Amino acid sequence: MTSRSPSLKVTRLAYAYPDGTQALYGVDLTIERGERVALLGPNGAGKTTLVMHLNGILTAGHGTVEVAGLPVRPDTLREIRRRVGLVFQDPDDQLFMPTVREDVAFGPANLGLRGAELDRRVHDALERVGMLDAIDRPSHHLSFGQRRRVAVATVLAMEPEILVLDEPSSNLDPASRRELAEILKSLDVTVLMVTHDLPYALELCERSLIMSEGVIAADGPTRALLADERLLAEHRLELPYGFAVPAQPG
Amino acid sequence: MSAGHHHSIYRPADTPVHRLPPQCKLAAVVVFAVCVVATPRERFWAFAVDAVLLAVVAAVARIPAGLIARRMVIEVPFVLFALAIPLIGTGERVQVLGLSLSVPGLWAAWNILAKATLGVVASILLAATTEPRMMLLGAERLRLPRLLVQIATFMLRYLDVIVDQMGRMRIARESRGFVARDFRQAPVLAKSAGALFIRAYERGERVHLAMLSRGYTGEMPTIRDISATGRDWVTAGVLPCLAAVTALLAWSTT
Repeated sequence: MTSRSPSLKVTRLAYAYPDGTQALYGVDLTIERGERVALLGPNGAGKTTLVMHLNGILTAGHGTVEVAGLPVRPDTLREIRRRVGLVFQDPDDQLFMPTVREDVAFGPANLGLRGAELDRRVHDALERVGMLDAIDRPSHHLSFGQRRRVAVATVLAMEPEILVLDEPSSNLDPASRRELAEILKSLDVTVLMVTHDLPYALELCERSLIMSEGVIAADGPTRALLADERLLAEHRLELPYGFAVPAQPG
Repeated sequence: MSAGHHHSIYRPADTPVHRLPPQCKLAAVVVFAVCVVATPRERFWAFAVDAVLLAVVAAVARIPAGLIARRMVIEVPFVLFALAIPLIGTGERVQVLGLSLSVPGLWAAWNILAKATLGVVASILLAATTEPRMMLLGAERLRLPRLLVQIATFMLRYLDVIVDQMGRMRIARESRGFVARDFRQAPVLAKSAGALFIRAYERGERVHLAMLSRGYTGEMPTIRDISATGRDWVTAGVLPCLAAVTALLAWSTT
């Protein structure tokens, strides 16, 4: 729990679903504080299963998950869920309260905050994603891009140690996609981003992990991984047509 | 876009009725309905007084009579049922326009019609002056089971999402040449309904995961406080109190 502990440390994590399907075969990864890391991999590689372990929704069959030094265990779940902010792929799943304000307040209120402190959290979180104007609107009347930004705010309000985003760029139009990228870059928080959008990973994350068949198959600078055509092909990853990794950063 | 999105059943305005806390209004409507039901059916004047009371509330809340009349369509099935009673009732009979009607049946029909209509109008006034969301917060304040209130809250939130999904499924069906002409197409619609149910159920599971991820432990935190003052309760109490007095007078004159 010291400041030197990495934001996230997963050690030899294995998991089989109750029906016997083995999804994770010993995942090892460490994410240092302040890093932005992309988790890449084809469908069915186990990315979502891994994410569900990070805040204790699934319980490890074998191995451990630690968030800023605190192991995920039944008795630490409350604190773990404050530390790990999970942003789901479909904002309609994430935004379940009648108004934006109540949705953003839901997490911190569960942590026991009330009154002025709660209001401050809600305001700050919405301000960070540029959605303060929508505070009293029902979330289902927002555009898809706006809903995704509010979804990010709902977990920012819990002041998490690490933000975990599941396919943050999916279904966004190009402008919303860029706006979200700018917001994510502006946040001073550790980010783990699960995505198929390789250019997005390159833009936002210096480091990437490739997950394949339940293990971490590669871990390195995003630029280097994406430049390795053979590696990508081995794990059913492809750059979009016409896209080439720029030679120089920037 | 502005913040002017409201549920169509709610009629936004700023009147004393709109401003009352929802729990006061809910309680007032329930007590009013009980008083109406407790009024003896033979006292026509008592029901006229109750109707006038509601008319005054509607005037204060600036709800036009036309709107109330349109929404009263919901009562039609009950009206049909009530109208059938004198025809099928037993006992003493009278001739009206060549029809033989049962006298106890007529009384029963009048009883149902008068009391149901007053209750429906009171509910219409409540719904028109209270946002659905506030209604639920009010219900929670009145100690309704929290689980029921939570279910209703989610229904309110996801109704539009599910209706959209239903619309997309209809477009998908019709895009592939489906036309619902008659009863033979029912199995297709039934399967669509089944698919919709499964999708809604799966969404429910995902929403639950999202709730757990943000520290949900079975209780919704109360975020908006909607406390009512003594004055609010007195104001809201005027309608049910007058209805209670009317009912008592009606009984004492029997």
